[in-house]
Amino acid sequence: MTKQVRQLDRVVIRFAGDSGDGMQLTGDRFTSETAQLGNDISTLPNFPAEIRAPAGTLPGVSSFQVHFADYDILTPGDAPNVLVAMNPAALKANLGDLPRGADIIVNTDEFTKRSLAKVGYTVSPLDDGTLDGYALHPVALTSMTVGALAEHDISKKDAERAKNMFALGLLSWMYSRPYESTIRFLERKFAARPELVAANIAAFRAGWNFGETTENFSVRYEVKPAKMRPGTYRNITGNQALSLGLVAAGVRSKLPVFLGAYPITPASDILHELSKHKRFGVTTMQAEDEIAAIGAALGASYGGALGVTTTSGPGVALKGETISLAVALELPLVIVDVQRAGPSTGMPTKTEQADLNMALFGRHGEAPVAVIAPRSPSDCFHAAIEAARIALTYRTPVILLSDNYVANGSEPWLLPEVDSLPDLQVEFATAPNSEDGKSFLPYLRDPETLARPWAIPGTPGLEHRIGGLEKADKTGDISYDPANHDFMVRTRQARIDAIPVPDVEVEDPDGDARVLVLGWGSTYGPIGAACRGLRQRGLPVAQAHLRHLSPMPANLGEVLRSYDRVVIPEMNLGQLAHVIRARYLVDAIPYNQVRGLPFTAAELETMLEEVVKNA
Amino acid sequence: MPESVPNGRAGGTPVALKLTAKDFKSDQEVRWCPGCGDYAILAAVQSFMPELNIARENTVFVSGIGCSSRFPYYMNTYGMHSIHGRAPAIATGLSVSRPDLSVWVVTGDGDALSIGGNHLIHALRRNVNLKILLFNNRIYGLTKGQYSPTSEIGKVTKSTPVGSADSPFNPLSLALGAEATFVARTIDSDRKHLQSVLRAAAEHEGSAFVEIYQNCNIFNDGAFDQLKDPETRDDFLIRLEHGQPITFGADGQFCVVHPPGGFGLEVRPTSSVRPEEIVVHDATVQEPAYAFALSRLPGFDLRNTPIGVFRDVSRPSYDSLVQSQVEVAKAKTTGTPEEEFASLLSSGDTWTIL
Ligand code: SF4
Repeated sequence: MTKQVRQLDRVVIRFAGDSGDGMQLTGDRFTSETAQLGNDISTLPNFPAEIRAPAGTLPGVSSFQVHFADYDILTPGDAPNVLVAMNPAALKANLGDLPRGADIIVNTDEFTKRSLAKVGYTVSPLDDGTLDGYALHPVALTSMTVGALAEHDISKKDAERAKNMFALGLLSWMYSRPYESTIRFLERKFAARPELVAANIAAFRAGWNFGETTENFSVRYEVKPAKMRPGTYRNITGNQALSLGLVAAGVRSKLPVFLGAYPITPASDILHELSKHKRFGVTTMQAEDEIAAIGAALGASYGGALGVTTTSGPGVALKGETISLAVALELPLVIVDVQRAGPSTGMPTKTEQADLNMALFGRHGEAPVAVIAPRSPSDCFHAAIEAARIALTYRTPVILLSDNYVANGSEPWLLPEVDSLPDLQVEFATAPNSEDGKSFLPYLRDPETLARPWAIPGTPGLEHRIGGLEKADKTGDISYDPANHDFMVRTRQARIDAIPVPDVEVEDPDGDARVLVLGWGSTYGPIGAACRGLRQRGLPVAQAHLRHLSPMPANLGEVLRSYDRVVIPEMNLGQLAHVIRARYLVDAIPYNQVRGLPFTAAELETMLEEVVKNA
Repeated sequence: MPESVPNGRAGGTPVALKLTAKDFKSDQEVRWCPGCGDYAILAAVQSFMPELNIARENTVFVSGIGCSSRFPYYMNTYGMHSIHGRAPAIATGLSVSRPDLSVWVVTGDGDALSIGGNHLIHALRRNVNLKILLFNNRIYGLTKGQYSPTSEIGKVTKSTPVGSADSPFNPLSLALGAEATFVARTIDSDRKHLQSVLRAAAEHEGSAFVEIYQNCNIFNDGAFDQLKDPETRDDFLIRLEHGQPITFGADGQFCVVHPPGGFGLEVRPTSSVRPEEIVVHDATVQEPAYAFALSRLPGFDLRNTPIGVFRDVSRPSYDSLVQSQVEVAKAKTTGTPEEEFASLLSSGDTWTIL
């Protein structure tokens, strides 16, 4: 039968199932196929902290949302147009997010009395009218997969496990995705077990053919490629991009990169990724704890490497004392905080931006550091290079505030030309620097950067001692002199304040906005999408987004004061707003949410509409 | 990064550097209390260092916090006085990334065994190429006299007015439990012995753990007097020598035996055993149980305290294993780092928009 083909400009699909159903992989593959087609993409994985929460339960639901469009998009989408629910738990956990009219594909094989009871359904929602108003597609995914693989010499369990490929095949058909990359992927993934390659490909094809032949699906959709800048792209998550940025920093500085890390969600993937890149002179050390991780990184920096430590909020708390030491030693160090919902263990796989205060202020003594935050998954690459640049040039710890949303989300990334990346080469001290040329003064500063010389062990004639005790200006000798301490404290602050950072740019296409939305980090996408929405409806609004949180851009005060109202949405209880109010005496309006999930563009749009209309 | 220079450690042809103890003295005024055992250790180290024939610039002392941790300021080498307990971690990062350096850690009983206990045992189990000198004075000196993790149970201090309730660590037993490849003990007052132990430690590839009994004359004076007093020392001290039967006492009247059916080692009157029953010290025994048994000999009154090298076995250092992984990976590359990086960027599923 011939199917109707309908053009869409954008689609949001959410794959949801049990933790063991392979939904992350399915979503990943669908994303890859979609990328090949040239759509713009944004993805949002959402999974439990438990590796395998009890099967079939609500806490065990794992989902992957992908938003793709024929234009540039900024978020993984607020509400799915399509939900693939592999079991009753997945349906129940996600139904609330679905607008009426959305397509729901359910695996009916899993809607057994037992599975239904596990999540509190006494009657199947497929039968009791719960799903009236939705386009329900009941599909016996498991049994059809097993049926399609009857001729394959694999266990029943393996056959059942291939049901995610059946679902992927069906969705790939529905949205006219190219499937070659998935075939290649399966060949790679199961290279050691050819029978599984064949079975998974067969399951994929069965799903595809099912779409083609069944009357259940009468429409097929197409989403044209987006107009994107020419070049070579790949789809990338924030953690991958950040890792590659650190490797790039090593290549461009010609320094070995030393990563000290302790496993912690959601930062561990950076350790995994960097441990693969030894050929670039990257050394990774899985330390005994968070403190050792940063200690080793600082030791490596002292020896002339680019020292890096990666962690999440609880780890940064433990590293605080060593960060203060690095502030006193004035050595380069990059501290990556992939923020997650706190306090304490909080919700380790959920996102939040509540470590800003800790990054800015969370140390004993006056211990200023540079702080920067990436705005999107691919931006993590450039933010990592920027963090390394500041650390190396200004000999300071730099905290890079990523979060779970950008770390695990993905988007297409236009691959940069390696030669276009900043040159990060630094010069080590090689000779005495005192006026008479006879002695070495480890705290004699470069007048321009206020950085002290980086004199690494092994350099003859520059033997010197540094430490956490207060140092005399220039000589670095221990000093308890009151005036010297006052001078050194102020100088350490001044040298961070003096780091030149680019001006903040304001997006206000018509130039007539009276309300400015200020954000930082991963809220860039939802804020941008909300602003677009308002502008399309004729409501002018300006957007500015901070990458540099310490020091802040020099023009920020002026920008803030040129708007009637400033709104600051954050996934915390108003940490940036607090700083902005204190520093610039601007009556900024905080808008806060801490649900472990990114803002939706819709909620921001609703909130901003109020402000704009009343401005 | 400088190429590794001939320093007697990283290969290369050793050249005689002709350094003296004076070369290792920094211009900083030494600020320990007069009479502190740290002075003797500092002098012993400064006069020993030239022997290693390692250039001053290739030597780094890293310390934590405490009286002993001021040590790096007084050595005219590279040095870092870091934070409490973390010196082994910091030194690990330095040593792993700079195998051309000779890295020494100076720490104390509080620094290494209390706040930094975790880093110490992990440095030892990894066998990082560090020479760790633990000055054990069995007290907190810098914070003015609280009991430490090596203070004897019942110790009356400012923080334990009716006596401490904690059992102390035996630092050597702890290090051996972590399977340290080199474990030794020496005393601040015996320069010759101290230097012989430093020599053996310096020659060891991997972690060398040296406990140095150090007198804090302000807060715990005389803690090791029985081991120093000519009246008692010969009867209290067991001087371990590799390949020699373990006998001690002014007249060699005591010896160490492995009692049949027992688990450890015991001290017996020499006259009561047959000569072949006396244990012959072998620091190279792979199984740490032997050195552990030696470490358990002393009683609370310091009777039967072995000094010298308990254990000296060979196992690849963490540094060399990590470095060789990097070297192997580097050897496989063909292009410049920039070219390699460009190909890394474009690996995986890419697509091109014209
Ligand atoms: S307090 Fe004790 S250990 Fe510290 S310097 Fe004085 S005597 Fe030495």
